Amino acid sequence: MINELNTLSIKKIQQAYAKKEFSATELTQAYLDKIKQENPNYNAFLQTQESQALEKAKFVDQQLKDNADSLPPMAGIPIAIKDNILQKDEICSAASQFLKSYKAQYSAHVIEKLQDNHAIILGRTNMDEFAMGSANKNSAFGPVKNPINPDHVPGGSSGGSACAVAANQSCVALGTDTGGSVRQPASFCGITALKPTYGRISRYGVIAFASSLDQVGPMGKTVEDVAYTYEAIAGYDQRDSKSLNHTVKKASDKLEKQDSLKDKVIGYSSAFFNHGVSDEVKDNFLQSLKHFESLGAHVQDIDLAHLHYGVSCYYVIAPAEASANLARYDGIRYTQRSDDSSSIANLISSSRSEFFGDEVCRRILLGTFVLSSGFYDAYYLKALKVRNLIQQDFIEAFKKVDYIATPTSPTTAFKLNQQNNDPLQKYLADMYTVPASIAGLPAISLPNGRSDNNLPFGIQLIGSYYTEDDLLTTAHVLEKAIGFHQQG
Amino acid sequence: MKYEAVIGLEVHAQLNTQTKLFCRCKNEYGQEANSATCPVCLGLPGALPKINQFAIEQAIKAGLALNCNIQLNSVFSRKNYFYPDLPKGYQISQFDKPLCLGGQVDIEVNEEAVGVVLERIHMEEDAGKLLHGDSSENKGGSLVDLNRAGVPLIEIVTTPCMNSAEQASTYLKKLRNILRYIDVCDGNMEEGSLRCDANVSIRPVGSQTLGTKVEVKNMNSFKHVQKAIEYEIERQSLALDNNEEIHQETRLWNPEKGISITMRSKEESNDYRYFPEPDLKALDIEQTWIEEIKENLAELPDAKKQRYIDDYGLPSYDAGVLTSDKDVAAFFEHALNALSVSEKNAKNLSNFVMAEVLRLCKELSVSINDLKFNAQDLAQLLKYVADGTINGKIAKDIVDTMAETGEKPQAIIESKGLKQLSDPKDIQPIIEQIIQNNPKQVEQYKSGKDKLFGFFVGQTMKETKGKANPGMVNQLLKDALK
Repeated sequence: MINELNTLSIKKIQQAYAKKEFSATELTQAYLDKIKQENPNYNAFLQTQESQALEKAKFVDQQLKDNADSLPPMAGIPIAIKDNILQKDEICSAASQFLKSYKAQYSAHVIEKLQDNHAIILGRTNMDEFAMGSANKNSAFGPVKNPINPDHVPGGSSGGSACAVAANQSCVALGTDTGGSVRQPASFCGITALKPTYGRISRYGVIAFASSLDQVGPMGKTVEDVAYTYEAIAGYDQRDSKSLNHTVKKASDKLEKQDSLKDKVIGYSSAFFNHGVSDEVKDNFLQSLKHFESLGAHVQDIDLAHLHYGVSCYYVIAPAEASANLARYDGIRYTQRSDDSSSIANLISSSRSEFFGDEVCRRILLGTFVLSSGFYDAYYLKALKVRNLIQQDFIEAFKKVDYIATPTSPTTAFKLNQQNNDPLQKYLADMYTVPASIAGLPAISLPNGRSDNNLPFGIQLIGSYYTEDDLLTTAHVLEKAIGFHQQG
Repeated sequence: MKYEAVIGLEVHAQLNTQTKLFCRCKNEYGQEANSATCPVCLGLPGALPKINQFAIEQAIKAGLALNCNIQLNSVFSRKNYFYPDLPKGYQISQFDKPLCLGGQVDIEVNEEAVGVVLERIHMEEDAGKLLHGDSSENKGGSLVDLNRAGVPLIEIVTTPCMNSAEQASTYLKKLRNILRYIDVCDGNMEEGSLRCDANVSIRPVGSQTLGTKVEVKNMNSFKHVQKAIEYEIERQSLALDNNEEIHQETRLWNPEKGISITMRSKEESNDYRYFPEPDLKALDIEQTWIEEIKENLAELPDAKKQRYIDDYGLPSYDAGVLTSDKDVAAFFEHALNALSVSEKNAKNLSNFVMAEVLRLCKELSVSINDLKFNAQDLAQLLKYVADGTINGKIAKDIVDTMAETGEKPQAIIESKGLKQLSDPKDIQPIIEQIIQNNPKQVEQYKSGKDKLFGFFVGQTMKETKGKANPGMVNQLLKDALK
């Protein structure tokens, strides 16, 4: 019974609630038990919020008795939250020593929305420190393991959230995506994740990494689960000046109505395969182009001339913004302070050296460098220009095609103990996910089969601005055709 | 060698707003430490800035009043540096695309007209405040108060266009006055609402190239600004005379010792690593909004001065004194409105305000609004002079009492019995008595020592405790001494 409960989709859970097959409390308990049982193996959760979750479940059960019809789709749905999203009075550490016991003073917009929707928050998930990383090895609280094969990484930075969903420790999860941080781990763990249009989901209460790129992204076992979660949290928030005041169209109720990709034009660029892509990923992707065609779509090779500058551009802009966003962790406030207080300068620099991990330090230094006088024009300003060119490439492309398809990652999940001391090589792992982030476009990653050693492939679809509903609908057609999502 | 100073000022003015620049916390001086704070101004993780439209309006007002070009598109940037009172590790400020460009403030120093040319006005948020060391609650440590963090400021930057400390302090006074007129800044330098840094360089008279610039910070009164600049000009002149090099540096003014000391040199100067604030959109301003603000802009000091000259027939000097402070002008106008308007009234009132009211403000070290009497009370007092209830000299005594006790003029006149004696029947016997008591002086006066007339007037006034109608006294004395 327990294992079965943990695999159900949102719709199945709602149907079961309606038929009183089990209660929200039972479901929540099943998930909490599963986490308790398996967390030592995977390290996906930094903390569960057991009593609050059960309390909310009890509330939902009462609502189910009193006025079941008026409950929103997310009511009673267990969800895991990445540790960089603030929940009032709960620790929010961004997996950093700096904030290891930092309690949030207020809740993020997305948390308020989930609470309004009566979703059940199970706990906070592990991640790369301050969302910097693609393997979830940069957590101050130990790495997360890939539930498909624990010798491999789950991807990052939302590795904990991806693992929680893939290992059935949560029905759905929230991650954050700056350059691919929900899409790549979704791909590695064989689940689905959406990075919406920049500004679709309020960043209020999300610990910032790179402000002009950060977006909260829903992660789930199916496109439909992702759609429900997205719809619960998307929408205008006046507290985030970059929030879009633009209608959020629902996809969840039209997913079933579409079966083909007739009249859809899907673009890809053969130039994507020039470097760093594994053969199996390439084969898998080319296979899916045939899939598109068999579903009625036109597939078109398009010119995206500036896309291969994406990673360079990203690794200038993101660290630059991060260097400012992380300046507030100075040892003056929050939880951690170095003992070296011989001067203010020493207190600040020692605290930062002691409590930031290597990757965070590396990016802060990089960001500080590219912004420093004398280098600003050569790096930061140039990166902004490249960003503009990439945006233009996409805008031009979307005049010809409806979606752009890429593999989500150039490789499948790499081994946990695989040593890679070349950070530049590691950064190239983001080559497919970064361009959509730079342009602020919505993009979804969904499972696209397994490799010979049974590791998941992911495929990414990038859509035009504000077209999450279409993107989800198309992804759903694809999901049904490919059939590699976990059945629920 | 003879040197010429070249001075530019950077003035930070705190905007009069209910709330801070990027959050809804109260912008109010003197609250309990850290009580006016929220996640945004504390720079807590996840907090995002949200622009205060009224602060923008205030900044535009300032720009219009100072003859700037308001930019329809301006950008907020992050200015990065570490300091314990800077919660986010960066200050949100405007950098390469400020709200206002250009501008001019006309001043007059030693009867010479000087146009102080502005470079720009940009907006920024204030940082917090550190309380160091010695107070008992600190126990030797340093405490951070972030109430001020996020308070909206404008920084008004002049070009290097002034040549003397006097010009600089005159400009600063004029600037403060304008900002107060339009209610953009309360101008309270002691509370830090208006802060001034000066860039000072010198060059040989006749030279066109600028000398090495030194920035002097931390001046919180007009006097300090003037003294610090004078000191700096002197210091640099001495250095050049001794063939020493002037170093580009930032210096702090120490008002107790009357000297400036090095704070940091160019070598250790900050690299602020500005870049556009990614949490805010660029500031796009509608031209119609600017027009609307312009239409509602309060009368500026120069315009008011001209109106006093034109409408009230006041001399330029009077009009200048009365309009050099917003509250003095308002006091004057309130009092004038309470009187029947005629040119004669205005001049009388102007005299009385300048001579007596401003004297009292100075003696009591209070602003005109903090006097214990108001404009209506003063108008009433002057009405009593006009209708002969009291004479002008008594009025001066009464106004002192008003300032001291806050009593109304009528009450003072009654309780002290100060009503003017204008009936000859009351004065005649006193005069006769004085003539009788001073036969020697009478004799001298009658033999041609005309100056002694004043002696008799004085005696009469003394005897009547100053209440006698002076005209009446003159007349009666002349008759009696014939």
